[in-house]
Amino acid sequence: MKYLDEYRDGEAAQRLAAAIRRVTTKPHVLMEICGGQTHSIVKHGIDALLPPEITLIHGPGCPVCVTPLELIDKAIALASREDVIFCSFGDMLRVPGSEKDLLTVKSEGGDVRIVYAPVDAVKLAEQHPDKQVVFFAVGFETTAPANAMAVRYAHAKGVENFSMLVSHVLVPPAMEAILSSSENRVQGFLAAGHVCTVMGCGEYGPIAERYGVPIVVTGFEPVDILQGVYLCVQQLETGRAEVEIAYSRAVAEEGNASAQSLIEEVFEVVLRKWRGIGAIPQSGLGLRAPYQTFDAERRFGLEGGDVEEPAECISGLILQGVKRPCECTAFGFQCTPEKPLGAPMVSSEGACAAYYRYRRSGVAVSGDGGAKS
Amino acid sequence: MADEFAMSCPTPLNAHDRVMMAHGGGGVLMHRLIEDVFLSRLGGGGAEQHDSAVLDVAGVRLAFTTDSFVVKPIFFPGGDIGSLAVHGTVNDLAMSGAKPLYLSAGFVLEEGFAISELERVTASMSAAAEAVGVKIVTGDTKVVDRGKGDGVYINTAGIGLVEHDLKIGAKSVEPGDVVLVNGDIGRHGMAIMAKREGLAFETTIESDSAPVWDAVSRLLDAGIAVHCLRDLTRGGLASALNEVADAAGVHIELEERDVPVRNDVRSGCELLGFDPLYVACEGRFMVVVSAGEADQALSVLRGDDDGSGAAIIGAVREASRGMVTMRTSIGSSRVVDMLSGEQLPRIC
Repeated sequence: MKYLDEYRDGEAAQRLAAAIRRVTTKPHVLMEICGGQTHSIVKHGIDALLPPEITLIHGPGCPVCVTPLELIDKAIALASREDVIFCSFGDMLRVPGSEKDLLTVKSEGGDVRIVYAPVDAVKLAEQHPDKQVVFFAVGFETTAPANAMAVRYAHAKGVENFSMLVSHVLVPPAMEAILSSSENRVQGFLAAGHVCTVMGCGEYGPIAERYGVPIVVTGFEPVDILQGVYLCVQQLETGRAEVEIAYSRAVAEEGNASAQSLIEEVFEVVLRKWRGIGAIPQSGLGLRAPYQTFDAERRFGLEGGDVEEPAECISGLILQGVKRPCECTAFGFQCTPEKPLGAPMVSSEGACAAYYRYRRSGVAVSGDGGAKS
Repeated sequence: MADEFAMSCPTPLNAHDRVMMAHGGGGVLMHRLIEDVFLSRLGGGGAEQHDSAVLDVAGVRLAFTTDSFVVKPIFFPGGDIGSLAVHGTVNDLAMSGAKPLYLSAGFVLEEGFAISELERVTASMSAAAEAVGVKIVTGDTKVVDRGKGDGVYINTAGIGLVEHDLKIGAKSVEPGDVVLVNGDIGRHGMAIMAKREGLAFETTIESDSAPVWDAVSRLLDAGIAVHCLRDLTRGGLASALNEVADAAGVHIELEERDVPVRNDVRSGCELLGFDPLYVACEGRFMVVVSAGEADQALSVLRGDDDGSGAAIIGAVREASRGMVTMRTSIGSSRVVDMLSGEQLPRIC
C-alpha cells in the first residue's frame, strides 16, 4: 500500500537503525509525544532495534488518557439522561469514570453512539429534534479542526439541540510542564506529526531554545520513527537543540492555515486539567463566546466540579515518562485492559495497553533502554 | 506542578453485572462469560471445546454445532444473513473435518419486516445450502414486537459426518508444526464495517463468506494428517491462534509479512485504527499440519480459485504456556494478544 509499505520496510528500518548505532556515543533519553507513536513503537518492536544507550519514554499524547476523571463522570451523567443521545469517538467508551464507563451506561439503556466525524453528531441532532445530542470533544490539536467545524455547522444551521462536552488539550504547554518538572529526564522530543500537520512547527522553536532540547517532528510508521530518533540523536551528539521535520510528507513549517483559523474562530485557549498531570494554564481549548451556547457543561449546568482520584495507579508518572508501564506493580495483575485501573490501560494508544498487548513476559526484546517486565 | 503530582485512578471496573456488547466480541470477556456462566452449568457433555462437538452415535462419528446470526446490515457486499447462516454452520462442522449433511433453520422475525426481503434471504440460504450439498430439514419461526429485533435473526444448527480417524483439535498441535491460512484475512469484517458506517473505498470490499468444506475435504482426501482446524470468525486470526496456543500449551510464532491481507482491507483498517489480525472472516480457516506436510497442504489449498491466496503464516514452538508472537516486518518480535472485547475505532 502506497505511503505505508515503504515506511514499514524492514531493510530501510535496519539501515536507519545501523545509522543510529553509528552516531550514538552516550546515553540519551527521548520522549515520543503522541500515543500513536507509542503504539507503533511497541507494536512493531522499534525500540528493540535501538542501541542500549537510547531510552524512549512515552509522552502524554493520548487524548483518552489525559481527559480528567470529572469530565468522564460528566459524560456518564449526560449519557445516562433519557433525553440525551451521547456521541463519542470509539475508545472513550471504555475509559472508567468514578463508578462506571460509557459502555456500561449503554448496557443500562443509555443511548451512546460511536461516530467517526463530529459533524455526524450534528446531523444526528437534526434527525432527532426531540433529543439533546451531545458530542464528547476530546483530543489534541489534531481533532480540534473537525470539532470546530461541527460547532460552526451547528451554528450556521441553527441546530439548537446539539452541544459538545469539550476537553481539548494542547501539546506545547504539556511539553513545557514536563521540561520544567524537577523529575524530568527528557533530553529530546519526537514531536507529534499530525498535531504539526495542523499547527505547523512555529510553537516549538522557543521551547527548543529555552530548554535546550532538540524537537524533531516525527511520523508514525517504523521508518518515520527511526528517522526521527536518528535526527534527534544526531542533534544531541553534536550539541544542537533545533526544530527539525522528519515527516515532511505530512507537515509543512506553517501547518494548515485554514484549519488553524477554524480553531481560532471557534475555540479560545483556556486552563485545562490533565488526568495524571494536573492543571496546566493555557493548555487547552474551550468554546469562544459566540459558540458557548453549544457548551454542554453550560447547557446542562455541569460547570466546575473536581473529582479526587484515589492514589492507586501510577498513570501520572507514566504519562510524564517518569515511569514505564512495567515498573507499575499493578501492571498485568490488578490492572488489565478488561479491568483498567487507569486510562493508559484503556486506549490502544495508551502506553500501558500497548505494553500489555505487545510486550508481556516471554518475548525477547533487546536494546530496550528502560525497565522490562 | 509535575513533581507535586501523585496519580490517581478511578475505582476499577471489576465485574460487569450486565451483558456488554464486548461479551459477544470473541475476546477475553466472551471466554470468561462462557466459562463462568455457561460451561459451569451447561458443559456436562464432555466433548472437547471446538467449533463443533464430535459425538459417537451408535458407532458413527457425527459432528454437531449451532450458530446464531444477527449481522447488521442483513444484505452486504458478497453475501447476506441467509448465505452467512449456512456458511457459518457448515464451516463449524468442517472444522471437525465433518462432511455437512443437515441443517435446521430458526427465524426470529421483527414485526414489520418486509416479506420480500425475507424471500431474498431464504432464496440465498437455499442457494448456499445447495452449493455445499447440505439439506435444510427442520425449522422454526417466531415473531417479536416491532423495535425488539433487527428485521431478522437466524439460528442454524448442523449435523455432519466424520469419516476420518484423525483427532482434529488444538490438543493435537505439536512443536514443529506449521500454520497455514486458506486465503487473505479480514475481508468479511471490513465489508460489514464499510457498509454499516458508509465508508466508501475506491473498490467495494466484498465479504469472504464462503463454505470451506471443499478445501477441508481436499486436504483430508490428499491423506494429510491435519492436526487442527479453526475458522477465523469473531476475533479473527489472532483470537483463533490464541485459543489454539492456549489449549495446546505451545508458542505459535507468526511471520507478519506472510499473513495475507488485501490492500483495501489494510487501508480500511488503517483508517479506523483496527488490526486486521482481529477482524472477522467467514470463509477463512487456519490449519495446522506437521512441517513435512506443509508444502503439500499449501498446494492443495491453492488448488481452487478461492484458495489462491493461501499461505504458510507461522510455526509452532515449544513453550511453558500458550502464547502467540509475531516477527514484525522490521525484524522485531511482539506479542499477539487475545483481544479484550471489541475493537473500538480510535480517536486519531
